[in-house]
Amino acid sequence: MEKSNVVLHVADVHKRFGGLHALADIDLQVEEGKTHAIIGPNGAGKSTLLNVIIGKLAPTSGQVVFDGTVLTGRKPYQINQLGIARVFQTPEIFADLSVLHNVMIPALAKRDGMFTLNMLRSLDSETGIRAEAEHMLEDVGMTNRREMLAGSLSRGDKRRMELAMCLIQHPRLLLLDEPTAGMSRHDTNTTIELLKKIKSRGMTKVIIEHDMHVVFSLADKISVLAQGRIIADGSPDEVRGNPKVQEAYLGGAH
Amino acid sequence: MTTFMSRNDLFLFLGFTIVVLAMPIWLAPFGAGYPDLLQRFMIFGIFAVGFNILFGLTGYLSFGHAAFFGVGSYAAVWSFKLLTLDAIPAMIFAVLISGLFALIIGFLCLRRSGIYFSILTLAFAQMSYNLAYSVLTPITNGETGLQLTLADPRVLDAAVGQTFVGQPVPTLLGQQLGGYAGFYFCAGFLILAFFIAQRIAGSPFGMMLKAIKSNQTRMQFTGFNTRPYALSAFVISGMYAGLAGALLAVTDPLAGAERMQWTASGEVVLMTILGGVGTLVGPVIGAWIIKYFENILSALNDNILARFWSFLPEGVADVVVKITSKFVGDGWHLTLGLAFVIVVIFLPGGIMEGVRRIAAAFRRSGSSSAKPSARTQPAE
Ligand SMILES: Nc1ncnc2c1ncn2[C@@H]1O[C@H](COP(=O)(O)OP(=O)(O)OP(=O)(O)O)[C@@H](O)[C@H]1O
Ligand SMILES: [Mg+2]
Repeated sequence: MEKSNVVLHVADVHKRFGGLHALADIDLQVEEGKTHAIIGPNGAGKSTLLNVIIGKLAPTSGQVVFDGTVLTGRKPYQINQLGIARVFQTPEIFADLSVLHNVMIPALAKRDGMFTLNMLRSLDSETGIRAEAEHMLEDVGMTNRREMLAGSLSRGDKRRMELAMCLIQHPRLLLLDEPTAGMSRHDTNTTIELLKKIKSRGMTKVIIEHDMHVVFSLADKISVLAQGRIIADGSPDEVRGNPKVQEAYLGGAH
Repeated sequence: MTTFMSRNDLFLFLGFTIVVLAMPIWLAPFGAGYPDLLQRFMIFGIFAVGFNILFGLTGYLSFGHAAFFGVGSYAAVWSFKLLTLDAIPAMIFAVLISGLFALIIGFLCLRRSGIYFSILTLAFAQMSYNLAYSVLTPITNGETGLQLTLADPRVLDAAVGQTFVGQPVPTLLGQQLGGYAGFYFCAGFLILAFFIAQRIAGSPFGMMLKAIKSNQTRMQFTGFNTRPYALSAFVISGMYAGLAGALLAVTDPLAGAERMQWTASGEVVLMTILGGVGTLVGPVIGAWIIKYFENILSALNDNILARFWSFLPEGVADVVVKITSKFVGDGWHLTLGLAFVIVVIFLPGGIMEGVRRIAAAFRRSGSSSAKPSARTQPAE
């Protein structure tokens, strides 16, 4: 394994919730431009791991390093400004705003930074940002829904929109927490195609997924998490063949 | 021009301006076309428009905005006393001081959100109110209130050799600001205040405020530091309150601490909700309606009621007068409370939601075959 192009390094991270050891001794290295899948049964600690990476939770010990910068201790907005975006397990969107505005807001964050007092400009004059957002919505196939209130979208559409909100920032690292949950087979396939397309652009991704079809069509590398520990780690074929994984997770399902 | 202001915004602004400037005419049949009341319509309209920037757009419910209103009043009166009787320096001074005050209080209160934020603002406002009556009496003149006197230094006026005979009153370029002049002075500020609020709501900054109200967590994970956004909204609304307070001091140059009391803070919350939270014109309409009915109902007394109900049989009339008298005069707040409860239960979006519903009903009955409205969602 070459160490040179590791862009995200989760180093010896522990996270305890009272007596619960949600993450134990996690050491994870994600290589630049690769898609790294994290799989594991419910309650394994997958979402908790993402929460530690993006600064929603502070680890009990250990640290996260992104491209030479220590993320641990930084605020979520600072971590985002470094180029990390996340799709949440339950959509985090601006339910009271239109789909178009939902996608324009992250584009403005990327362009203007964490705070600008731009109240003298009119939103209508932001034609560049608007065009960018419309283009992004086209990519995720939601052009016809752009004037709708985001809160009135179906679960699958909310996810797609949230994905668009992340992609428009052209993050260096994209974290996806079950991006296809709640989607129809058709939409799942569209999303896989979209994610493959981004992969060819060189974006690094960490993806949590229960759907093995999605995992095996996207992942370059898979880590298996169970009860807060990484029990296996390797290429899709290695992981598929690993008896420990079969027993702990894939077992009956596969 | 198209990027400066959209067509709809321009029409709304022009319509608003016309309605405001023509108020002395169209309010006359309602018995409300006289300057004193019209001035209050303008002043509390400004207060509500500014409050809506914080509460309506950003979603932070402050229960202490009367403090900034009061600070604006005191600052304006001090400007009249120390500098000049001209109103413009007083306005500027009041807006700056209340903005500074809002910056400090906002910085402290915005460490919390939701109900804790509301309680912090309430606590700070009550503290200011109590301080105005106690420690700060050299500045506020305590219960008597801060007044203009002939002995005031007014250094700028003195420098140009201007002297007054009789009770000093605020002026604009030498013209006294009483009556309709006072109304048009306040109206100019309301129109300006409305214009700025409209620009803010339609700017990227305004969209950020709405996004904070909608989902603050998402904002943070999208790369925004939400605190300075909320603080800016807080300071802007504090400056609006200060401007309104200063205008009240222009029309009635006596500043008292009762303007800072929690009931005054609660009143602007009611105005905003009654009119329609988050809408541009709603809060202004809410302010006008509350001030209109306050004016009518608080002036009623048992004698007037007895005459009004005199067509009823004697015994019945006495009972009815007794009951209705609880809702007028000093008891008019009871009526306000009742009206508020009814609106919140049946029209949670306030009067503006009522207007929208009626407009929608008209559109439907007017053209039942027309294509459905743009908001209609495609079936899943
Ligand atoms: N903020 C928290 N406070 C306390 N316990 C928590 C918290 N967040 C997660 N947990 C617990 O940590 C464990 C791991 O949760 P996590 O959400 O990371 O699981 P997961 O692998 O994402 O599961 P799923 O597949 O169901 O999404 C669970 O037992 C959960 O109850
Ligand atoms: Mg999870």
